[in-house]
Amino acid sequence: MAEQDDLTAFRTDVRDWLVENCPPSMRTPLKDDEIVWGGTTEKFKNPESKLWLERMGAKGWTSPEWPAEYGGGGLNKPQARVLQQELRRIKARPALFSFGLWMFGPALLEFGNEAQKKRYIPDILNGRTRWCQGYSEPGAGSDLAGLQTKCEDKGDHWLINGQKVWTSYADQADWIFCLVRTDTSVKHGGISFLVFDMRSEGVEARPIKLISGSSPFCETFFSDVKVPKDQLVGEKNAGWTIAKRLLQFERSSISAGGFGGTGGSGILSPQDYAKQHVGVDASGRIADGDLRARIADHMMYAKAFGLTVQRAGEEAKAGGEVGHTASIMKYVAAKMNQDRCELLVETLGTDGLGWEGEGMAPDAQKATRSWLRSKGNSIEGGTSEINLNVVAKRVLGLREHQ
Amino acid sequence: MAFVLSEDQQMLRDTAISFARDELPVSHLRGLRDSGANGVDQETRQKLAELGFFGVLVPEEYDGVAMGMVAMGQVMEAQGRTLAATPLLQTAVLGASLIDLGGSEALKANWLPKIASGEVTTALAVDEGTHHAPLNVATEAERNGQGYTLNGAKRFVPDGHHADVFIIAARTFGESGQTHGITLFLVPREADGMSVQELVTVDSHGAAHLTLDGVTVSEANVIGAVDAGWDVLEPALDRGRIALAAEMLGSAQAAFEMTLDYLQTRKQFGQLIGSYQSLQHRAAKMYTDLELVRSCVGAALSAVDEPRNDIADLASLAKAQASELVHLVSNETVQMHGGIGMTDEHDSGLYMKRARVQEALLGGASYHRDRYGVLNGF
Repeated sequence: MAEQDDLTAFRTDVRDWLVENCPPSMRTPLKDDEIVWGGTTEKFKNPESKLWLERMGAKGWTSPEWPAEYGGGGLNKPQARVLQQELRRIKARPALFSFGLWMFGPALLEFGNEAQKKRYIPDILNGRTRWCQGYSEPGAGSDLAGLQTKCEDKGDHWLINGQKVWTSYADQADWIFCLVRTDTSVKHGGISFLVFDMRSEGVEARPIKLISGSSPFCETFFSDVKVPKDQLVGEKNAGWTIAKRLLQFERSSISAGGFGGTGGSGILSPQDYAKQHVGVDASGRIADGDLRARIADHMMYAKAFGLTVQRAGEEAKAGGEVGHTASIMKYVAAKMNQDRCELLVETLGTDGLGWEGEGMAPDAQKATRSWLRSKGNSIEGGTSEINLNVVAKRVLGLREHQ
Repeated sequence: MAFVLSEDQQMLRDTAISFARDELPVSHLRGLRDSGANGVDQETRQKLAELGFFGVLVPEEYDGVAMGMVAMGQVMEAQGRTLAATPLLQTAVLGASLIDLGGSEALKANWLPKIASGEVTTALAVDEGTHHAPLNVATEAERNGQGYTLNGAKRFVPDGHHADVFIIAARTFGESGQTHGITLFLVPREADGMSVQELVTVDSHGAAHLTLDGVTVSEANVIGAVDAGWDVLEPALDRGRIALAAEMLGSAQAAFEMTLDYLQTRKQFGQLIGSYQSLQHRAAKMYTDLELVRSCVGAALSAVDEPRNDIADLASLAKAQASELVHLVSNETVQMHGGIGMTDEHDSGLYMKRARVQEALLGGASYHRDRYGVLNGF
């Protein structure tokens, strides 16, 4: 009962704080070009988003459950839920999008030493440092543990040589968390987990232009990059455990958002486009019965996905943890978003086939770009095939060929 | 939405699962089939009554335990695991719901305690064609002094071959296809003019065609308001769909477990067949679908208990998704078992046969996709 009273009091405090501190434009739908990724390259197109990040960061509410000693919110689960509910109630925008918050931070809190937590966590929370992920290499995609980026122990520093690829926003990141090879005689047991400054001498990031026309990923080159010894996370040659754990965080953050969908972009739903472009019959049903059935099928799948995210959350509260559901949900989220994007382009008809310039509605062009971008959903963060392998082996216990 | 079971619900689930495993294994259904019982099993009915399963949805004042749909869903899922032929869907879910939601005080007082105790079983008879279409009611109920005279026919009524009491949807007004004008009548099996044609069905559960030839029903036996039976029928059908989806989840889960076990024991080319990636990925996809359907069923069950205002949405979601699930899993069960899966001796075929009946009852995936579209305005 006392606990309930405390929560009620906490809710009141949160409400009061939000009234005071959440700027008006931060309660409107998030626009693509106003997403805040933080770091030294952040331009804050909307000045209120800077204010909002500063205030949320100061409270540690960009990650409410992280320990207060490192600048986190220090909230317990029920309090964090209350905060979430209150943020949702006023439709507040997320103050910060960040690989530091979603992936590196949770892994560092588990595997980092005290000095590292004190050094890196606060700047993740307040958005001062933008992190990127140095995982994939030209020869190590699905077979991530086959990575070759060389890391030599030079006594007073590590020396890095090699190449990463598909490094999201490497050209805009301040720091990188990076998998490197410290032993070539064993595969998984020769990988270490390093962090370093992207402005170090010898680091170069080149954006890759994608089929969607945008360049969110880079090729990243390391030539004789010197890294201080204390920037190794965990033990030397013990990086694979951290790498896998971080992938679970990555997959669950991807699947929790369902790839972010197309909210706030002005893109309508497939059923709305279908009604507009294909029309309805006398009973109000979309006139093309086959298309209509596929839209309904997709909506049901999306609903089932949402309910499963909700169920996983409730079950976690009742005593589970982030784990194998993440692999299932990553697979489902990719399929769901790709199906949705295909339906968007199909229901838009030829309006969904424009590329740029005049003559096509802006929302239609965005939908077209989203469709192309969505093809990466079943590749990035572990392909759908790899996720099915993970489910088959770790969840179902099916064995490898002998 | 409550996805995590309460202690009472968990206890009921455990009881139901061990009961199904110990007393109603698939071999029990096989036995009923081979002896020609056609799914009729008085001994099991008695045991179900002793366990209190018939009264899960019945209010306490009528001798039930009123544990709600989440609880009922656990019992249904358990019986689905072993394909058990029981009167629970028709009696404990549909019959109890229809009388509880629409019955007069007298009807409730008379029938609900008998349902809860297992003394009486019921069968809802709605469909007249080969596909679920609950508005397409053409059976006529004509006003006749203090009561009604019913003429018409009902097809493929589950438990129709042995139920003690029928609940008949008939038309007192309007035309087939309209919601207004449907009225629900409670008709004892032995009523004059009622004839029952027993059907031997592919799933060995049995069913019956009913013919009503001048059956007289008193006004006291009308459930819900005259012409407005739909207001009772639709929510009851949704409960039935949700409960059936829970049963289907159990069937799919059990068939999947059986298949997974086979993948881990059967060897070809010197390798476990479950070590081949083509089968691993198909198994992983089935598992993924199982998890999704578990969420849909859980949400739908709990929506009835809350109650929420999107029960119809969730009922169609659960029934459609469960239908696609049992279809996929039962086919894959036969395929992955190879030749043995084609034999009568193996259980694969029983899961596939029952799956098709489960899919068809109360509307299959395409029926519920259409309904979901209508409910969502497209």
